[in-house]
Amino acid sequence: MSFLFFFTLSFVLISAVLAVHARDLFVSTIWLGVFSLMMASNFFILDAADVAITEAAVGAGVSTVLFLSALALTGEKESGRRVYRLIPSIALLTLAVVLMIVSLDHPRLGDPSAPVHQHIAPWYLSETPVLIDIPNVVTAVLASFRGYDTLGETLVVFTAGIGVLSVLGFRPKRKAVVTAAQVSRRTVRIRDHLILRVVGKLLIPVIMLFALVVQFHGEYSPGGGFSAGALFAAAVMLYGILEGPDRSIKAMPQVIMLRLAALGASIYIFVGIFGMLLGGNFLDYGVLSSNPVAGQQLGILLIEFGVGLTVASVLTMVFNAFAGRETY
Amino acid sequence: MENELFQTLTSLLAYSCIAIGSAFIVIGGIGVLRMPEIYTRMHASSVTETAGSLFVLIGLMILSGLSLATVKLFAIALFLLFTSPVSTYALVNTALVAGQKPAVVKDQTSGASV
Amino acid sequence: MLEVCGLALLVTMGLALSRGVLGPSIFDRVLAVNMIGTKTVLLLSVIAFLYDRPDFIDLALAYALINFIGVMAILQFVQNKALRNPSVEKTVSQDRPPEA
Repeated sequence: MSFLFFFTLSFVLISAVLAVHARDLFVSTIWLGVFSLMMASNFFILDAADVAITEAAVGAGVSTVLFLSALALTGEKESGRRVYRLIPSIALLTLAVVLMIVSLDHPRLGDPSAPVHQHIAPWYLSETPVLIDIPNVVTAVLASFRGYDTLGETLVVFTAGIGVLSVLGFRPKRKAVVTAAQVSRRTVRIRDHLILRVVGKLLIPVIMLFALVVQFHGEYSPGGGFSAGALFAAAVMLYGILEGPDRSIKAMPQVIMLRLAALGASIYIFVGIFGMLLGGNFLDYGVLSSNPVAGQQLGILLIEFGVGLTVASVLTMVFNAFAGRETY
Repeated sequence: MENELFQTLTSLLAYSCIAIGSAFIVIGGIGVLRMPEIYTRMHASSVTETAGSLFVLIGLMILSGLSLATVKLFAIALFLLFTSPVSTYALVNTALVAGQKPAVVKDQTSGASV
Repeated sequence: MLEVCGLALLVTMGLALSRGVLGPSIFDRVLAVNMIGTKTVLLLSVIAFLYDRPDFIDLALAYALINFIGVMAILQFVQNKALRNPSVEKTVSQDRPPEA
């Protein structure tokens, strides 16, 4: 397996170098897609399936579409000359050599006696079947043992969505000079090709169904809220690409997406407060039901739903804001 | 005794499917590198990719018997069967619309192009 | 045999990567990325079998879906590039037809 690992790591390096080196930013974007795909394979080889599925959905799918939408608004060629300076290059090379020498001192990958496997990891592995009783320990750690951190992550995603909207514009006071429908008419759309429309529209419900499977099956198989939200948003993006941004905005209006994003984060916080009202601490799921283990599972289900709702709505909102390109 | 024979036959069938699929895939890879022009490269890639993927996935399905993994592999195979040709169509159409002209061979005697 | 298949897939990904590096026009690179995507789906399925973890096939399924969306987005972008940029014939290079 180290042979496989060597291959995927070298592909990561090659695609990263190509992405930086290309003058045409469009080519850089597609090399970045390959980069994140190879990273997802690396995570997969290292047995981290939840991270791999999220990296594949976000990096190769959603990120590529958003980069391309941004490139459609700005230019594609990198402007300005490229200057290679001596002192920063030497400094970086020294840093790289130092890091490589230091990394030789690490324990072997997967060594059970390494320090990282001694403190809390055995406790999580031994206590999850007792306290929470779900097979996927990663979801248990993410949603229950480290629930505060996941609440912070969800709020960060929501804030990022608001930040993008504050730059690109949302519900302005005056009418748009160029509306989304006009943008859609001006561009050559993929909806003019019948084959792509038919096959694409067959696939959108499949992707959405798969996203829901990943969401609600996150306790048993790799998945969870973040990857499910990214997959659902990818399905909406496919609809937007195939049918045009005006139809995508009409199907998923920006106002409702913003409310849904806030609703997702609110569900998470409300589950925590509900636990406090029932007598436990904030984000204590054990009091949600008569049986503490069942309470934990119910709590995890609810907050993962909140996370998935927020991530899907924010990504859809950002895509609609980019692709609609209404100018005021 | 019969069970063993059956097992051996199914393993043989599965491994031969995987071998055929791998051969298709490598041929496609070599074709993409060596073909002279963009449209011929797209043709080399698309045909071998779809066929190779289907053979490999069928081999894996036979290997995994009757289980949930077989259903998931069948879903992947169905999906690849639908989307690989459509992606190739979209790619070739975009290349044609953008102005890439396919290479034509001029007939020497009559001067008409083939 | 599964290891041989994995090796074949890695070799093909390397070949596609070389086409992506060499390819003079954009469509060669998009073709290379599409190929790398579908080969990765197969590679993940084969590795899931090699590691005897059949529940990792979800990842291959997710990636098969995502790859299609990525290619559609790239093609939508390239189609409209011809509209935005009138001199697209200069940026898209023409390969020489083979001398007959």
